[in-house]
Amino acid sequence: MICIVCPLGCELEVETGREPKQIVRIKGSRCFKGKEYAAREVTDPRRVLMAVAKVRDGHLPVVSVKTDRPIPKQMLREAVKAISKIEIDAPVKAGDIVIENLLGTGARVVATNNVGKAISILTVK
Amino acid sequence: MKKVLSDVLVLGSGAAGLAAASKARELGALKVVLLDEKEEPGGVLPQCIHPGFGLHYLKEDLTGPEFAIRLYERTGSLGVKVVNSSYAMDLLACKGKRVVRAVTPEGITEFRSRAVIFATGARERNSFEIGIAGHRPAGVYTAGEAQTMMDLYGGMPGQEVVVIGSGDVGLIMARRLALQGANVKAVVEMLPYSGGLARNVQQCLFDFGIPLYLSHKATKILGRRRVRAIEILKVGDRLEEKLGTAFEMRCDTVIVSAGLVPRVELLERAGACMDPATRSVAVNELLETSVPRVFAAGNALIINDLVDYAAIQGETAAKNAINLIRNRRFPSDRWKPVVKGRNIRLIVPQYISGRREVSFYGRVMQPEENVYLKVPEIGVELRQLRVKPPEMLTFTITCRKFGKLKEDKITVAVEPRG
Amino acid sequence: MPRTERVAIIGAGITGACVARVLSMYRNLEIHLIEKEVDVGWGSSKANTGIIHAGYDDDPERFPVRARLCAKGNALWRETWIKELGIPANWPGDLVVATDESQIETIKMLLERGKRNGVPHIGIVWDRKELEELEPNITSNAVAALHAPSAGQFRHPAEAVIRVTENAVSNGVRLHLATEAIGVEVRKGHVLGVETSQGRIEADWVINAGGLYAEAISRMAGVDHFRIHPRRGEYLLFSKDAYPKTERILFPTPTETSKGVVVTTTVDGNLMLGPNAQDLRREESEATDTTREGLDLVWKEAQKIVKALPPRDKIIRTFAGLRAEPEPSADFIIRAYGDVDGFINAAGIRSPGLTSAPAIASEIVTIMKDRGAKLVRKRNWNPYRRRRKTFKESSYRGRDRMCKQNPLHTKIACQCELVTEAEVVEAVRRGATTLDGIKFRTQAMMGDCQGSFCQFRIAQILARELNIPVWKVTKTGSGSEIGIGDITVLVEKDGDKGA
Repeated sequence: MICIVCPLGCELEVETGREPKQIVRIKGSRCFKGKEYAAREVTDPRRVLMAVAKVRDGHLPVVSVKTDRPIPKQMLREAVKAISKIEIDAPVKAGDIVIENLLGTGARVVATNNVGKAISILTVK
Repeated sequence: MKKVLSDVLVLGSGAAGLAAASKARELGALKVVLLDEKEEPGGVLPQCIHPGFGLHYLKEDLTGPEFAIRLYERTGSLGVKVVNSSYAMDLLACKGKRVVRAVTPEGITEFRSRAVIFATGARERNSFEIGIAGHRPAGVYTAGEAQTMMDLYGGMPGQEVVVIGSGDVGLIMARRLALQGANVKAVVEMLPYSGGLARNVQQCLFDFGIPLYLSHKATKILGRRRVRAIEILKVGDRLEEKLGTAFEMRCDTVIVSAGLVPRVELLERAGACMDPATRSVAVNELLETSVPRVFAAGNALIINDLVDYAAIQGETAAKNAINLIRNRRFPSDRWKPVVKGRNIRLIVPQYISGRREVSFYGRVMQPEENVYLKVPEIGVELRQLRVKPPEMLTFTITCRKFGKLKEDKITVAVEPRG
Repeated sequence: MPRTERVAIIGAGITGACVARVLSMYRNLEIHLIEKEVDVGWGSSKANTGIIHAGYDDDPERFPVRARLCAKGNALWRETWIKELGIPANWPGDLVVATDESQIETIKMLLERGKRNGVPHIGIVWDRKELEELEPNITSNAVAALHAPSAGQFRHPAEAVIRVTENAVSNGVRLHLATEAIGVEVRKGHVLGVETSQGRIEADWVINAGGLYAEAISRMAGVDHFRIHPRRGEYLLFSKDAYPKTERILFPTPTETSKGVVVTTTVDGNLMLGPNAQDLRREESEATDTTREGLDLVWKEAQKIVKALPPRDKIIRTFAGLRAEPEPSADFIIRAYGDVDGFINAAGIRSPGLTSAPAIASEIVTIMKDRGAKLVRKRNWNPYRRRRKTFKESSYRGRDRMCKQNPLHTKIACQCELVTEAEVVEAVRRGATTLDGIKFRTQAMMGDCQGSFCQFRIAQILARELNIPVWKVTKTGSGSEIGIGDITVLVEKDGDKGA
């Protein structure tokens, strides 16, 4: 697999043992973060999700959001669906929590941009 | 016509522009004005909703909009005057002042400044520029257009998607579309390797089951009103077309991610010297163009891999702009050309003095492994495990190393080891 | 006062629009201009070289109608129509380049023909130095060239159609867009009206200016003596900073089929090459796709008449257009019919159709009068479609004034062509409901970026003005929407399927 932690993209090799998800050795990483990533990929792969959520009365119709920590990879589709169902009232500030506990993962969905109310043409926040 | 005076005028409020404006104020410039054509600052950053921004510059992993907000808030706290919705139309040099005529919300405004920094970013190449024939229907977008539609304006471009170009931008858009429920049927890449980072191929394509067609070329778009299909064929390693391999892939959307071109028409019209390899202005180590006290930084100067480089270039330009303003002129520099040696496709800056530390940015023509990056005139030899065109070369040469320079030029080359 | 006669013109291309304008000079005519697309000029009229031909190319023996109407049309555009309607155009003149003996014979023949057809100031240039002065980029192989100073070019032919139509409408012509003719009602040898997709339009006169579909429309009226097949021409357009360009419109020596691949610099300063000439089957009236073979051929042919072309990576756009080629004779079919009273064909308007259109319109009037129409001139016919300077064309002071008058001028919608939001809004008021409609009225999206930078911004303005969500904005009408819904449209669907 290829490590996705930083732009170097080391090619990692994980040797697993007889038990399911038992890791024997990790080869190829140039830092400890890569080793951590490889271990998790095999046992419990997770990703940070980035998407947009609808905004009501904002100067833009959507605001970019992200999960504050990686969530299980196989839940990404459901997560996008959950985000597509909500609508936030403007104004929204970067950092505002948009969903407190995404699908029970404990991860929060937070706004990553500011969207002001749709009144003025020029906005300086 | 309104006139606005400033010490430093920055055009473009993306990473390079925001960093430049803040740095200029930090270094004591009295009045710094930052113009941007959009209604909101940040350049393209607000629509880059994925993380990976600021790892070096801020030591944090932020999404594009978060990075933009950080830089923007800094300009605010430093007292930079930001003018949005303003489009610069002409650059003139007049008796020691640089003049930019722009249309702003108040009408035509003349900005007179002692130095100007162009951080105007880049535009994307379109399907015609990469030789695609066929109909000209709706449903053909550059990656940036699709990104704008989706992540700024909440619209969905299409359902059955083919992406042309496997650079990072193309890979990221493939994932983005797939996440929103589109069927991304293929990413088509002419070269035998992806143009993006390996980790992006993993997390954008393999993770989503999106097929990557290497050594394939898109040749024709079909569909009169809206895209109906795209014609693809195989190419060899030297990009020669393989006869009889053409096939049609049905789709309703084509995303073109075929590279960026710096936006420096104003500088070109003002007579600045251009470098056809970078398709931008040629600069010296101060990032100054051939128009005195007019600088370029960020994607407007060279298409950068990382936003961090753009920000750093912005700061460099600002530092040098302030120095030039303060000292009126540097002790007369003889500018020595930076000659491109073996396997170097482009290099910035194109001119150096040999008296200062210089950070270089460049790209190779061909991928190679186990090489040296060499500057023979001063005996510099930097080991590189692997070089490839999509990955920018960055290296710094100190003043001390330059001390050895006796010649009127330096050469930068990539040579095999052993 | 003679009774009001109703006229239905099928097709709002350059022919139909010019006919409508000329007929609008008469007070006792009720004129309906019928067009199946959502805007005018979207057939052959929008995708051609835009050249206003001098008129030496048409053999008066074999193609008498073309020969008669081309030079006449040229003069009408040059002397009155272009000024009255404010259509951007220029008059560089053209050179037909000869590179060997047989070609010299041909251009000598064209010279005689031109004189016969009434082309002014036409002559052959033999002197190499003079050739270079006229055209610095002329091929070194040129031994002589036919010089016709009266040749010109529109900035964009669709613009001409739009302005002619606007003037016609201001003079009372009723424009029916998105209205397709599906039948011509004829009873007892007389025309009664046109059946359309939007209902019936009663008419005493039906004029068929249906372009690529003229054969089918003529059949609807029971007139079946010709065929129309599409002839495709492909074009390459370069960026404004691509050199070398040309000073004149350059033609190769023509062949039997066509005038050949032209090399010209457009009014806006873009080098353009094309068209080739590929005959297609009659059913292929939608084949406006370019082909790599066709584009390569255009490139190769263009090189024969110039010293040099810019590098190929400076091409910003390629496109193709279809001309309506009539058979069995390649002459215009402009006539009435004894057995279908009131039906007039203006069909097979191939090259030089754009040039001839004003003259075709006068011809139609003559035919109508010959067939018994009593036409009474209006006293208050307005020939003008005034044109104000655009933001781009204005000085800085002018631009400042425009901004003060309308703050929407301070927002630039298209940067390459410096088109403001106010101008885009005005285009919508003028009838544009699509991105192409904005394009042809403002030049937006026609610059070096070809819309990749500004298309979305313009779509937003359109969406706001038409009060529709931005993904419903279309490029060319229904079926060409730019999006499929909001960002969640596929997510919910996906979920419902229980993925």
